[in-house]
Amino acid sequence: MSQNLGSQNLESRTSEQIQSAARYPRYADASLIRAKFTNTIEEIIEASNEITVIAKREGFLDFMTWLRDEPALRFDYLSDVSCVDLGEFASPRFAIAYHLYSFAHNHRLRVKVFLEEEDAILPTMWNLWKSSNWLEREVYDMFGVTFDGHPNLLRILTPADYEGHPLRKDFPIKGY
Amino acid sequence: MQAKEIVIPTSSISMLRKPDPLSDTLMTISLGPQHPSTHGVLRLELVLDGETVVKAIPDIGYLHTGIEKTMEKERWQQVVTITCRADYLNSMGNDLGYCLAVEKLMGVDVPKRAQDLRVLFTELNRLSSHLVWFGTHAMDIGAMTAFFYAFTERERILDLYECATGARLHQSYFIIGGCRWDIPATFVPLCEEFLRGFPKFLDECKRLVTGNRIFQRRTQGVGVMKRDEAISWGLSGPTIRGSGVNWDVRKAEPYSGYETYDFKVPVYDTCDVWARYMVRMDEMEESWKMCVDALKRVREPGEFIANHPKLKLPERDLMKQHIDVMIHHFLLASEGFTVPIGEVYQSIESARGELGFHVVSDGAERPYRVHMRTPSFVNLSALPAMVEGSLIADVVAVIGSIDIVLGDVDR
Repeated sequence: MSQNLGSQNLESRTSEQIQSAARYPRYADASLIRAKFTNTIEEIIEASNEITVIAKREGFLDFMTWLRDEPALRFDYLSDVSCVDLGEFASPRFAIAYHLYSFAHNHRLRVKVFLEEEDAILPTMWNLWKSSNWLEREVYDMFGVTFDGHPNLLRILTPADYEGHPLRKDFPIKGY
Repeated sequence: MQAKEIVIPTSSISMLRKPDPLSDTLMTISLGPQHPSTHGVLRLELVLDGETVVKAIPDIGYLHTGIEKTMEKERWQQVVTITCRADYLNSMGNDLGYCLAVEKLMGVDVPKRAQDLRVLFTELNRLSSHLVWFGTHAMDIGAMTAFFYAFTERERILDLYECATGARLHQSYFIIGGCRWDIPATFVPLCEEFLRGFPKFLDECKRLVTGNRIFQRRTQGVGVMKRDEAISWGLSGPTIRGSGVNWDVRKAEPYSGYETYDFKVPVYDTCDVWARYMVRMDEMEESWKMCVDALKRVREPGEFIANHPKLKLPERDLMKQHIDVMIHHFLLASEGFTVPIGEVYQSIESARGELGFHVVSDGAERPYRVHMRTPSFVNLSALPAMVEGSLIADVVAVIGSIDIVLGDVDR
């Protein structure tokens, strides 16, 4: 019976297996970030071998600029901007995650900002990474989060006259 | 009418012609959405000064089907059938990225043989995807013959998929934990035969197009994007390797056992359409090498799915003997399984570049949120920067060189 249902669980994994899983992708050294920007950084979470920096909106642009230009970090590549809707009654409602990558050090980092629904606005990353152009437009289109200073903040995947933001949790799947 | 006004010497016609009223105004034309060279339903709004592109505005979303929204209502294991529909030319790669992300969230180790099967099929998929690119890219530029050669060879790869998975385009062969089933005995000789003939075919392709002087003139120095700009625009895959950046996710952050394979990452630094062409042609050779290696490895018997209670369905005869095994099977098949709370970001090297999956779980049997960072979407955003200032004929060459799939762009 037990053999049939499988013998693998987290406790029985050898240290070698855990190491091989932990090797890639590598995440940045959190101790480099922790001491700086204490007003902006709320928390640093390490889970599933990934590091998430929870940041506040105050001084966010400066923090991201520092992440890009600091020689020990050098996050010169913005992989992804994704948004999570935490539910229509949640406060804060939106979590915006920036996935950064560094060519020089071959490591990654996720920076996350939580936003209230009434005040869902963030500074744009257009001046730091040009790839943010369409990624931010997608978040705006799908969730209604606006990006201050964006050069061309228009709907991108849905038609220009579309109403509503499809990936919000209160947007119906059927009958729309 | 007087006759003498009609007789005009032909040499002076151009002198008599009225000045073109459009000569000093800009003209806006719409390229697409139903245009053979836009590879799907892409519309480009081009502002032209004569034949020169002043401004290019891509208009996408014609194929937007809300894949990410649909994922939120399917069970973890069912999502695999949707991911492959995003980038329909690289469907195995899409499944692999999603499966790796969920496996990371669950802490599951995939058996070695399943990893080798995954490498074999993803690399075959890269070959078939690049063959479509090769045929259509050459056809956009005017070389018709290459298209037929490429699609004939691709058909043979699709036959291989059909043999192993039962489907030709949307295989859904990779599931969380490994592969759906083992490859049949007939697959190995078929695959061997295909791989034996492939280098000769690739050589023919190179002789047909690479050395063609018209093709070279149409691609060299066109659609230039310098190294720093390419990084800032977030290009990935062969497009950024054509700009002199040595970055391949398979090398930089190996997954699924890629660190045990011997392959080179082709990099060209002329930053133009020609460089991207050469990168993909070299990449096909490397993929072929990996396929040969992987096929050798999958001949050894072994597990094709992780022996994990949530992922592997119980065996039939045990199910008939024990009621609890039967209940387990029933619950797995009807309700699915849950995944621990958390979030991961897993990126893989698809045929077009970095394909990232940001998967968020709230501990339920369905994903809370899956975001796909699709390479075509980000690569296409850099298209205006590549084509502005060039000729309208070059726009078609540049679109072909970044190898977009509109299913991947619009999701």
